[in-house]
Amino acid sequence: MALTAMSIYKNLPKTNCKDCGFPTCMAFAMQVAAKQKELTACPHLSEQAKGEFSEASAPPMKLVRVGGAGAEGFEIGQETVMFRHEEKFHHAPAIAVKIAAALSDGDAAARLDAINKAQWVRVGQQLGVRAAALELDGLPADKAAARAKALAASSRVPFILMAKDAGVMGAAVGAIAGKRPLIYQASATNADAFIKLALGHKCPLAITADSLESLADLAKTAKDRGVSDLVLSLDAKNPAKTLRQLAIARRAALKKSFRALGFPAMVDASLDNPARETVMASAFAAKYAGIVIVNGLEASELLPILTTIQNVYTDPQVPNIVETKLYEIGSTTPDSPVLFTTNFSLTYFCVAGEVERSKIPAFICVVDSGGLGVLNAYAGDKISPEKVVKTLEAQKVPDRVKHRRLIIPGLLPSFRSEIEETSVWKQVLIGPENASGIPAFLKQHGKQ
Amino acid sequence: MQIVDVKEKWINRINTVTIGATRAEGGTRARTVTVGGETTLPLLTFEGEIPNPPVVAGLVVDVVPPDWPDALKKAIGPEINSPTEWAQKAVKQFGADLICLKLLGPDPLGKNLPADHAAKTVKALLEAVDVPLIIWGCGDLEKDNVVLPEVSQAARGENCLIGPATEKNYRTLAAIGKADKHKLIGEAPVDINIAKQINILLQDAGFDIKDVVMCQVTAALGYGFDYVYTIFERVRIAGLKGDKHMALPQIANVGWETWKVKEAIADEDVLPGWDRLDKRGPRWEATTAGGYIQAGADILTLAHPESIAITKQTISELMKGDQ
Repeated sequence: MALTAMSIYKNLPKTNCKDCGFPTCMAFAMQVAAKQKELTACPHLSEQAKGEFSEASAPPMKLVRVGGAGAEGFEIGQETVMFRHEEKFHHAPAIAVKIAAALSDGDAAARLDAINKAQWVRVGQQLGVRAAALELDGLPADKAAARAKALAASSRVPFILMAKDAGVMGAAVGAIAGKRPLIYQASATNADAFIKLALGHKCPLAITADSLESLADLAKTAKDRGVSDLVLSLDAKNPAKTLRQLAIARRAALKKSFRALGFPAMVDASLDNPARETVMASAFAAKYAGIVIVNGLEASELLPILTTIQNVYTDPQVPNIVETKLYEIGSTTPDSPVLFTTNFSLTYFCVAGEVERSKIPAFICVVDSGGLGVLNAYAGDKISPEKVVKTLEAQKVPDRVKHRRLIIPGLLPSFRSEIEETSVWKQVLIGPENASGIPAFLKQHGKQ
Repeated sequence: MQIVDVKEKWINRINTVTIGATRAEGGTRARTVTVGGETTLPLLTFEGEIPNPPVVAGLVVDVVPPDWPDALKKAIGPEINSPTEWAQKAVKQFGADLICLKLLGPDPLGKNLPADHAAKTVKALLEAVDVPLIIWGCGDLEKDNVVLPEVSQAARGENCLIGPATEKNYRTLAAIGKADKHKLIGEAPVDINIAKQINILLQDAGFDIKDVVMCQVTAALGYGFDYVYTIFERVRIAGLKGDKHMALPQIANVGWETWKVKEAIADEDVLPGWDRLDKRGPRWEATTAGGYIQAGADILTLAHPESIAITKQTISELMKGDQ
């Protein structure tokens, strides 16, 4: 049930002590009402208020941390909506790559090394694999512990420890408990022992069952015994069914406050065919897994998955913009070419990346288009020849270059005549329609 | 324990649109393709039905696009130089359900081929393959206004899906669609309000929007995919909630858009550490397609044989029941 900020506020100490991180008790109450904070973040709450409100005020989906504090771990869960346009998606899913138990110690270490290196920068953001899924079944307990310990020592990412056997799992968790690995996974056959391990080592626990009903039962059992950092784990034998289960669990939690399923979810999407694994892992990441486990380590597989996550988890309420100013790419001179583009960050990063690739130093004048790309800005009257000329003047571009040549986006050919007629820019060149054509274009027209 | 009932009550069905006409229906196609008819969101068959799975249209371009990477041209094979042979291969070997002919040749910024050339290509294609045809103009609306009427006439009675109809050329498209009995693609520039407006304009021009498929100017993964994905979802939700101007099937021109972006055309020499292009390109295309299927796409155009195969497999897997 939803609590109002006022009903929460009444039960707070009203001292505005700021220990919760917010300036006033009222501000904190509003965050709790919006399900962005848990009531327990207030350290001075009376026991009575705690009991009364903690259950009702908790976010409908638990926030679960895997791995250590800060950059050593990641958080999933606490999502608030089914569709990104309703607000936004909060915690991007982590892609985890498997390390098979059958590998030799050397091969396992090499694979971890590859996982450590699986990072890329795309449009100014760091993307990468965020967990290692260490398979342990088949190894003796002492070997499993030794491997977990050895690998964890040199790992950039937290671990998901995968085993069915409680003895093996106990040894491995014990070896790296301080790093808060995710224990994967408690099922009907080993639940009792695995819950004990999670409780004893204060680690998050993945739980699985053969139906959502049984999964809800298991979640309740674990929670009643004191393990509330749970991840609902599904297999991908029938991807359509899995995607439906993910949707049902999320709806139950978010729209019906169904507590037994109020946890983030994860899917083992590993397949032998890398292309199919790419598509299916992307599907689970988009809707609605918090962790997706894969086999593949090739960049050609991971990049489409990571870019899907990057896109779907972009906040739709915030325009992605770069600062409206004159950017200099490379060592520019007064002879360097001048291009203009919009302040939509994707557009800018595409243009800047291609100018860089051309190895021809150039000026890029960014025009305020309200965060829209070239075509949309044009369609919505957010960019005009007049605005372009004014921006060039404001950025003092005529003082920076000796020439009066301006390269305009290929999607705006009609701007040429008006700019030539109304400004000092007497030689307007229509550039390529796609940023990818910029290097060839600059090589041909950039130097004169 | 019993799981709380989470079913949504949708009140409207998405229109069904059939493309292609058999001999009995006045055309020459061996089969037709029907899309739409959903009473629920993609995959969520526990609260409605999805009578027609999404379909894959093999992308065929009348002239080889100059920016296409060698890896893609090699995968398609030497047939890429002949639209008819390419189309035959796309149907017989790649497994396309229908063909999408992109008319790049007429583009004034490219080869600027005349309208009768495009009409001849369409006629030849209709003879070469017996699957339904989607015909996509070059995008220069003035030229499309000249080319598409001739093309439409050349394909008269074949019940093709022709586009794009935009705010600026919808009258011409509505007229040819009615005169030659074709279906239309209504296209909006990544703007949900304009998307709806196009349908209203087509309706006002006397064209039945039950014969329209919506397009949101497809974005490749990583290049505004988030915007288009969200518009697909919002359009479908609005349609299921009863907005008759949004209850239309949707098409994603994935093949055409994907093979323009850096991730699909630049090899390792340009993107060190990003793996081989021959693997990365088709995966980029298939992942883009998979994303749009989840958001509500009914038709996907695809170029690379590998991504056609993977997407066909994805569709058959996603259409499975719970058993």
